[in-house]
Parts: sequence; C-alpha cells; structure tokens
Amino acid sequence: MDLIFIQMLNGLASASSLFLVASGLSIIFGVTRVVNFAHGSFYMLGAYIAWTLVTRFGPASPLGFWGGVILAALLVGVIGVLVEVLLLRRIYHAPELFQLLATFGVVLMVQDIALAVWGPQDLLGPRAPGFRSFLTIFGNRFPTYELFLICLGPIVLGALWLLFNRTRWGTLVRAATLDREMVGALGVNQRMLFTSVFFLGACLAGLGGALQLPREAVNLHMDLSIIAEAFVVVVVGGLGSVTGAYLAAVIIGVMHAFGILIFPKITLVLVFLIMAVVLVVRPHGLMGRKPSGPQHGPAVKEPLLSPATREVKMLGAAALAVLLVAPALLGAYGVSLLTELVILTLFAASLHFIMGPGGLASFGHAAYFGLGAYGAALAAKWLAAPMLAGMVVAPIFAGIAGVIFGWFCVRLSGVYLAMLTLAFAQIAWSVAFQWVELTGGDNGILGVWPAQWASGKVVYYYLALILCTAAVLALRAVIFAPFGYALRAGRDSPVRAEAIGLNVTRINWAAFIVAAVAAGIAGGLYAYFKGSVFPTYMAIPKSVDALLMVLLGGVQTVTGPIVGAFAFVWMQDWLVRAVAEYWRLVLGAAIVVIVLAFPQGLVGSLVAWRERRGDADAAEPVAEGAR
Amino acid sequence: MSEPVVLQAEGLAKAFGGVKAVDGVSFKVEAGRLLALIGPNGAGKTTCFNMLNGQLKPDAGRVTLGGRDITGLAPREVWALGVGRTFQITATFASMTVRENVQMALLSHHGQAWRLFGRAREAHMSEANRLLEQVGMLAQAERACGVLAYGDLKRVELAVALANAPKLLLMDEPTAGMAPRERIALMELTARIAREQGIAVLFTEHDMDVVFAHADRIIVLDRGRLIADGKAEDVRANPAVQAVYLGAGSTFGAH
Repeated sequence: MDLIFIQMLNGLASASSLFLVASGLSIIFGVTRVVNFAHGSFYMLGAYIAWTLVTRFGPASPLGFWGGVILAALLVGVIGVLVEVLLLRRIYHAPELFQLLATFGVVLMVQDIALAVWGPQDLLGPRAPGFRSFLTIFGNRFPTYELFLICLGPIVLGALWLLFNRTRWGTLVRAATLDREMVGALGVNQRMLFTSVFFLGACLAGLGGALQLPREAVNLHMDLSIIAEAFVVVVVGGLGSVTGAYLAAVIIGVMHAFGILIFPKITLVLVFLIMAVVLVVRPHGLMGRKPSGPQHGPAVKEPLLSPATREVKMLGAAALAVLLVAPALLGAYGVSLLTELVILTLFAASLHFIMGPGGLASFGHAAYFGLGAYGAALAAKWLAAPMLAGMVVAPIFAGIAGVIFGWFCVRLSGVYLAMLTLAFAQIAWSVAFQWVELTGGDNGILGVWPAQWASGKVVYYYLALILCTAAVLALRAVIFAPFGYALRAGRDSPVRAEAIGLNVTRINWAAFIVAAVAAGIAGGLYAYFKGSVFPTYMAIPKSVDALLMVLLGGVQTVTGPIVGAFAFVWMQDWLVRAVAEYWRLVLGAAIVVIVLAFPQGLVGSLVAWRERRGDADAAEPVAEGAR
Repeated sequence: MSEPVVLQAEGLAKAFGGVKAVDGVSFKVEAGRLLALIGPNGAGKTTCFNMLNGQLKPDAGRVTLGGRDITGLAPREVWALGVGRTFQITATFASMTVRENVQMALLSHHGQAWRLFGRAREAHMSEANRLLEQVGMLAQAERACGVLAYGDLKRVELAVALANAPKLLLMDEPTAGMAPRERIALMELTARIAREQGIAVLFTEHDMDVVFAHADRIIVLDRGRLIADGKAEDVRANPAVQAVYLGAGSTFGAH
C-alpha cells in the first residue's frame, strides 16, 4: 500500500514537467495552428541554460538557483520569439506538414548548437536550495523537491486559467483559438498576439526543462524524448485544452510510475493502451472538441494526377538502365551507396503512397521500416531463418503493425494523425530500445547476413534493385488502379466519397497497411544490407528522412519521391563528408530553406513552373459566385 | 398522380439541445416528380435533408425508400440502395478530370473500387461518356474538376449523382451560387432527366423562380414544422406561407 502511494507521488511529480511542456505546445497550437516540433528543444535549452546560469550564480544560494531557473525560462521564451519571428511567421499559410518539418529543422540545428556549446557529456545539476531534505512517508524517504513539483502543476494550471479567463490578453487568445480570422477582423494585432503566445509557450517549456535540473542529468536526448511524450499527452488531453493537458499528464505520469514498479517492459504498452482507449472513445482527446471552422490553412490546390507521359517513361527506363550498368563503373563505396539509395527509394515511395494519394501525413513511417528490419533480424537471430525467409517475415511483421496502428491512425486527420503516428513510432522504438533480452537494446542485433549467393555487394545490389523496382512499380500501378482512385477520392472530398458509397476510413486503413508492408520490404532489405539492426532505424530522425525525401520530390506527383530519394541520399552523403561534425546544423538549415523556397517540392515546383509558362488552361474564367 | 411512391418520411423529428429543429415532418415523393422543400433560414431544411441521406439519425420517425426502412443508415448504405445526391457547396474530386469523377462513381457502383490493378481511367468509358453527354459536359471530359466554372461543376455533380442509376435524387440547394440563367437551365435539365428516367427528386431551394417553375409539389417548413404541402399555386396562396415569407409583423421583425 505504502509503496503504491509513493509511486503515485513519483508519477505526479514527473507529470508536472510533462504538463509544462505539453501545455505550452497546446497553447501555441490553439492560436497559431502550428504543431511545434521544436518544443522539445525549448525544454532541453531550458535545462542547459539553467545549468549554466545556476552554476554561475552559485547553486547554494536560493537566489542563485531560483533566479537562474526563472531567467533560463525567460531566455528560452526570447529564443521562442526569435524562432517565431524569423521562421514561423513566414509559413503560417503553408501546409501543416511543412510547418512540422520546418520546426524539425530547428530541432536539428538546436541539437548541434547545444553540442557545440555544452559538449556531449551529461551535465549533473545541483539540488534545489530549500528542497534538499526528505520527508518520511509510510517509512519511505520522499524528496521534498518532488513534493514541490507536485504542487507546481496545479499552481501553473490555476495561473494559466486566471491568465486566460481574467485578462484581456487571455480573452483575445481564447477568441483566436476559436476563430483567428474573426479576431483579426476585429482589429486585433495578430502578429503581436501570435508572438506573445509563442513567448509564453516557450517559457513554459523552458521552465519545465530548468526544473528538471535537480532530478536528472541534462543531456542531448532530452528534446526528442520529451516531445514524443508531450505529443501523447496532447493527443490524449485534447489539442488546445490546458486542463486536458494536465489531466493527461497526470494519467500518463502515474501510469509510468506504476508500470516501472510492476513490469517495466509493459510501461509503454500501458501508455499506448490508454491512448488507444481514449482515442476510440473520444477521438479529439479527453477535453478536446472537434475543431470548428476551417481547420486547415488554405489548402494546396491538388493538381491533376495523370499517368506517366512517354517522355517520363523513357526517362525512367533510361534511369533504370543507368542503375543496371552502374556497378560496372563504380567502386565498392559507390555500389553500397546505390544499394542504400534503391532501398530508401522504396521507403520514400511507401510513405508517398499514403501521404500523396491518401493525404495521410505520417510522421512515424520509420516504425514500419524499422519493424521490417527487426522482423528479419529477429527471425535470423532466434529462428536461424535463412535470408529469403527473413525477407518474407519483414513485410509481415511491418504489416501486422500497420494493421494495428493504422486502425487508430486513420480515424484522425491532419496534425492529430501526424502526432499519433509519431507516438506509435516512438513506442515501437522504445520497445526495441528497452526490451534488451529480445532485441539487444541499444546494441542492436548483429550478424544479419545475406545468404551465401547474395553476399557479394554487387549481387546484393541487383537483388535490392529488382525487389525495390518491382515494389515501387506495383505501388504506382495501385495508385492508378481503382483502389488508388478511391483513396484519392477520399482525400479530395470525403463527403462526396461517402456519397458515392466509398468507405473512406476502411480504404485509408487498407492503404496504411499497404504502405507499411512496402516499408517493411525496404526494412528487411536494409537489415541484410547493413548486416545489423538498431533502434535508430525506427527513431524520429529516420521518419523525418522519409518525409524529407517525399517533400523534396513533391507530394503531388508520383515520380516525386523517387527524385526526392536520389536528391536526399546525395545531399546527405555530401553533407556528412563536407561538414562532418555539424551536419545536423547544416541539414536543419537546409530543411528550413527548402520549406521556405520550395513549398511544392522539386518535381512539384518544376511542374508548377511549366504550367505557368504558357498553359492556356491555367487562365480560366473564375466562376461567378463560386465559393 | 398514380406514380409509385419512392421516398416516404413519417413523423421525422430531431432536436439539438432544447431546440426542435425538425418536429414531426411527414411527406412523400413519387417517381418522376420533383418535390421542393422550402422555408426561411433556420426552418430545419438542412436537418431534414441530412436525416434522409443518413448524415443525421432522427430522434423519432421513419424514412422508407421504395417501402424499405432506411432510417439511420450511413450515407454510403443509403447510396447503395439507389439514392444520388448533390451538395449545396459542390463536392467533387479536384485532382481528377471530369470523366474520372464519373468513372469513380461508376467503379463504386459496380463494386470495383477495391481493385488493386487495372487502369481506373479506362474503366466504364462509354457509360461515363453517356452520363456526361446527358448533362452536356462531354466536351469538357478531359478537364480537371479543379478548374471548372461553378455552373459546370454543378452539372458534373449531377452526372456523378446519376451514376448509380438512382431511384431518388437528393439535391441540397442545387442552384446556390449560380447565375440566374444557369439556374433555370440546370433545373430544366434535372426535371427532364427525372421525368425521362422516372427518378424522384427532392430539392431544397431559396430561389422561388426555380421552385415555382419546376417543382411538381412544394412543402414548406417553418421552425421545424410542416406548414404547407401542395401544388405551386396552392402554396403561393397559403396565408401561413405568406406570413412566414412576407412577415406578419407580429412574429417577425423587419429585416
């Protein structure tokens, strides 16, 4: 009984920080409709900056510690304002996915900046003055600092409530959350409002990070681990609801604490189950409401999707011919780079399948790639399965995950879907990371070697080329088949699709599974190509790689992801060699620039540019009274 | 007046909170006839409409299609039983051509929407062309729906709605947002197709010229209740309808 009580308190204490981050995320989303991926970075920066300030001011004095913590939160707020003014302000009207991607660019940049400033080692923070003692509860020692954190959650919740309900500024924020066009029409300075909201949200994240100082070592992984949890909290609590964020943070914090006590392996599954139950019962979260009014920014106008013209087909055949003869001209390094490229092309094409025609923007597609790789590796390790058997297991493994995760994901849309897919990927990653007995944890599974006949680099390249080309062509064929049209119909106009008898949810689910299976094939090939698998195959950066490839090439064309994969692999290879140490910084900056410069991707921009150059069809008389 | 009854609504009711949006409404539509559902804003037209096509579940009452109870079925199930519909704000697939829009509906009608292989754009060509011909859109079959003029879009929607050879067409403000001349043309087209093929048509409409020119019968809703049901001239002469539309002074302020 007493142990349960203590764990309860532990859970509540960790819920507070989570709440601070999630509420900031929620508030920013409510007003700006931007899901700020960089929110985890604000949290991490809060911790790092607080560490520096507190050690400089003197951690022993209350003023030094608390002054440092508060100043750190305010500084992070200022950083948030900089990000808003320099970047987000320019892309408020871009599609949601581009906003997510741009803020992910910020995540990458912050990671390298933090690495440069504070170094790679974990930094241990001081204890908080005034809260160094322990309280004895049921014979257990419980740190008073934890008690302080438990109280802080409701205090901040109350303060936010007062701010939103008792001040003019808060009223404006609530109004903007409901209808920002209307608030603008009433003469409110939207820019100031957005910037100030961003300041508040970033401050909260910074405060959450700074307050972790006495609890855990500051490290470079804080950003992504907290953002995934914050996404879960926000999805469970309801996007835009601060009270919901608190409720969800408490539920998840407490579940975590109990899970670790009872059966550590099942903790994440518990979190997943809670999320699943909540989303089935209340698709918009515990306290969330179905968003009213226009949810998306001005939608990107979907161009016609037509099958490849003769020239594109010739181009494709020529590219394939080049790929076929390339090994004769390249060295070992070149062949291995090409193998990777071919596999990643399938990975990108599988994501494009649901993202383009399906309009389902997955932010966690690496889960299926990684599960495919793990499927093959686990079969090799535990069942001593030969390569071909492993390559069959891979898509099945990924497909099963697609069936389960997809069932939940296709019930949501837009940013909710992006966050949920990300959360699922993070869960898959954690299982691979934590279930050491099965997966080897961080050390991965080694010795996943191809069969004797395929062990040569060139032979394996041809194997990958054949399988991936076949799979990519099959995906293409499906896009132009009735099923692909039905999928696109559901994206273009769900009401019309239902009105002609299409079950949009079920079609999307099937597409999700197809994409997972295709990604699984790529993952299986990748496992045997590398000879080993690691949890990083499912990590967030891998999902972002896939997104980058698709967006680089352009979502709206079928050829896009292929071009995007080539551009991406080439760019990454070049980056790693050219700016080895700070490649993340450069990649992050590149993402930001791409989002700002080519909102339609490379192929998409090319198509748009060709259309602008003298297509008479573009100059249509606008319908009278069209809405 | 001996045409078979296609759609029958009996005692439909729906309340939102304490507001009775639709309160005990009954009517029927016969094959080949056009029934107009009119009434001032907030009268409950759209609520009534959405209960017929399955988007809303009625609190009470029954909807039957050709004698079969369809109350509370999902929109796609209602469609499968032979109901086509058009929307107040056109809903078409913008990334497809005009013909592909119709082909999509045809594929679904023939139960082929789940096929993974085969080219969708070559499916049911002649049937699609026939439907487009019927609404006068064949010349524009290759154009993208996203670039069409609004009146043309409405006609594409009509072709899509006709793709499952419906017994009943539900048209929610079919001429909203169109120029006056186009309105008359579209409703003339609808009326002709309905009579030729024996399709029952139920439409809501704000434009009284359209209503009086084409409706065989008119029903009038006001604050959730049916206040009139009859031929154009009877409804026009009905004092209750006049009060609702022209204002009786005591019940409606001047606006």
